[in-house]
Amino acid sequence: MKILVTVKEVAEAADDFEIDGTDIGEQYLEYDLNEWDDYAVEAAVQLSEAYDDVETVSVTIGPERSEETIRMALAKGVDRAIRVWDDDVAAADLDVAAKTRLLSAVVAEEEPDLVLSGVQAADDGFGATGVSLADEIGFDWAAVVNHLDTDDDLSTAHVHRELEGGIEELTDVDLPAVLTIQTGLNEPRYASLRGIRQAQSKEIAEFGLGDLGLDADAVASPIERTAMYEPETESDATYFDGSADEQAAQLADVLRTKGVVSE
Amino acid sequence: MSDVLAVADHRRGELRDVSFEIVRAGRELAADLGGDLHVAVIAGDVDGFADRLSLEGVDTVHTVDAGEEFNHDLYAGATAALFEELAPTALLMPNSVNGLDYAPAVANRLDLPLVADAVGLSYDDGLEATREMYGSKVATTVEVSEEPVAVTVRGGEWPAVEDAADVAVEPFDYEFDEATSGARVQGFEEVGAGDVDIADAEFLVSVGRGIEEEENLELIEELVEATGATLSSSRPIVDNGWLPKNRQVGQSGKQVTPDVYLAIGISGAVQHVAGMKGAETIIAINTDPNAPIFDIADYGIVGDLFDVVPALTEQFE
Ligand SMILES: Cc1cc2nc3c(=O)[nH]c(=O)nc-3n(C[C@H](O)[C@H](O)[C@H](O)COP(=O)(O)OP(=O)(O)OC[C@H]3O[C@@H](n4cnc5c(N)ncnc54)[C@H](O)[C@@H]3O)c2cc1C
Repeated sequence: MKILVTVKEVAEAADDFEIDGTDIGEQYLEYDLNEWDDYAVEAAVQLSEAYDDVETVSVTIGPERSEETIRMALAKGVDRAIRVWDDDVAAADLDVAAKTRLLSAVVAEEEPDLVLSGVQAADDGFGATGVSLADEIGFDWAAVVNHLDTDDDLSTAHVHRELEGGIEELTDVDLPAVLTIQTGLNEPRYASLRGIRQAQSKEIAEFGLGDLGLDADAVASPIERTAMYEPETESDATYFDGSADEQAAQLADVLRTKGVVSE
Repeated sequence: MSDVLAVADHRRGELRDVSFEIVRAGRELAADLGGDLHVAVIAGDVDGFADRLSLEGVDTVHTVDAGEEFNHDLYAGATAALFEELAPTALLMPNSVNGLDYAPAVANRLDLPLVADAVGLSYDDGLEATREMYGSKVATTVEVSEEPVAVTVRGGEWPAVEDAADVAVEPFDYEFDEATSGARVQGFEEVGAGDVDIADAEFLVSVGRGIEEEENLELIEELVEATGATLSSSRPIVDNGWLPKNRQVGQSGKQVTPDVYLAIGISGAVQHVAGMKGAETIIAINTDPNAPIFDIADYGIVGDLFDVVPALTEQFE
């Protein structure tokens, strides 16, 4: 059995940042493994530990910089990694359809039995790639999975989908399938020193569009970001200034006035 | 014609709030486009739902009488079939958990560009949508140069349409056999019951990832003790196993309406805010002056919780 895990390097904005054109200035962005993908990686590695003959492969669409993030997934136990990138991909503003085309070409190449993907990416928050991919490659799927059991013969996944308001849907999904993984599904491990060392020698295969049998049309997107701005605040909060003690004293007054704390 | 098709959301016999909000989003967009608004409702008591969805500004409600509850193969198949019949310019689906489970498949199947989690929509020579990025720290506009287009709509962003009207209801035939579906819903389970119901609390002290380590929760517990508050949290605290699920505030946790909600080291992600924006007074302590929680706060402290929280506890000892 082969498990493909989608791993995205996401950008996080610093506390103080400036917008440059239609994005946050590069100097204010820090990159990290997408939180949701961390749980997907852990799920894949746990399955590979629980069953014989499971190979785990991660796939990332991202520039060379993202190899740092990919090494993190390798250090946690993913067997090998694929990185998709070239000049055409770099120049494109990838929408869900473009990502679906790239990932489905990788699926055609790797023929996995299970694809695990995070529910959403923390930076652009589309939350759509996993299910779009499933539809494209003809796999079954489940979105927002926060509990996963598999049959011994790995024919079916018994999942919980976390709905709103503390309700979970219990669903059986036939494999091959794509599952989009919600945080809390497991406890993602820290990479051990040994894992980090081993990750250095694991393979990261690089694919450009040509290697995947695609051309620049595959990453053309009809969706264009035209502006970015800091949202206007809807409320005007009263801020407490001064030292921590002074701030605390003002806040304490508010709590007393509101009558939620006596004394 | 430049019509809009919007799909309603329901669970266990009840239309969800987003169904009435998506009608508003659809109505406004249909007005921009100069076309009709079609609303689809799939599975369950579709006639009852159609009655409730007969709302001002809706031109036709299409009912798909198949299955009892949400199944993504049913929703994706029926939505795509109805789309092909009506050929609208825009297809709106909710960005609910069920929306996350079928909308991307519909867009892929119909080869439509997908704008996910829109918080604003307009049309002038092409669709323009507003979205947020980087954990709601910034807003963006995106333009879509192709038509038709699929959009998922964030809940809570458009006011619900409430005014009933007399709207034509048209049944839409769609054959579906759940047994042949690769994903079969087995039932539901409620989680998060426990000793404390944070929904009853008047004063919630809520802690987020800013607390960094489990040991540091002690700081918050001392404040809770000194003030007689009830302790709640954002999701990462529960994901880490530091507090039980019944303490989680938010979309997938509990909805709370205390007199005072004190958010400590919580950024204010949309799924968290969904659970606490009904608090009468919101107070936030956060080191990041751009944290979205300040947008909805009544009182704010830009500061380090490790300094402010002990000082606050001292005020009550
Ligand atoms: C389908 C779905 C459902 C979800 N349901 C929920 C839900 O029910 N509830 C929920 O909460 N989330 C939910 N989430 C997750 C949500 O998107 C966020 O990831 C989560 O709310 C973030 O929690 P946080 O604010 O504690 O952490 P972060 O976003 O990491 O924020 C931590 C904050 O602490 C501040 N901070 C750091 N250090 C300090 C310090 N020393 N002093 C003061 N401040 C500090 C930082 O500036 C930051 O603003 C859901 C997500 C999805 C996709």
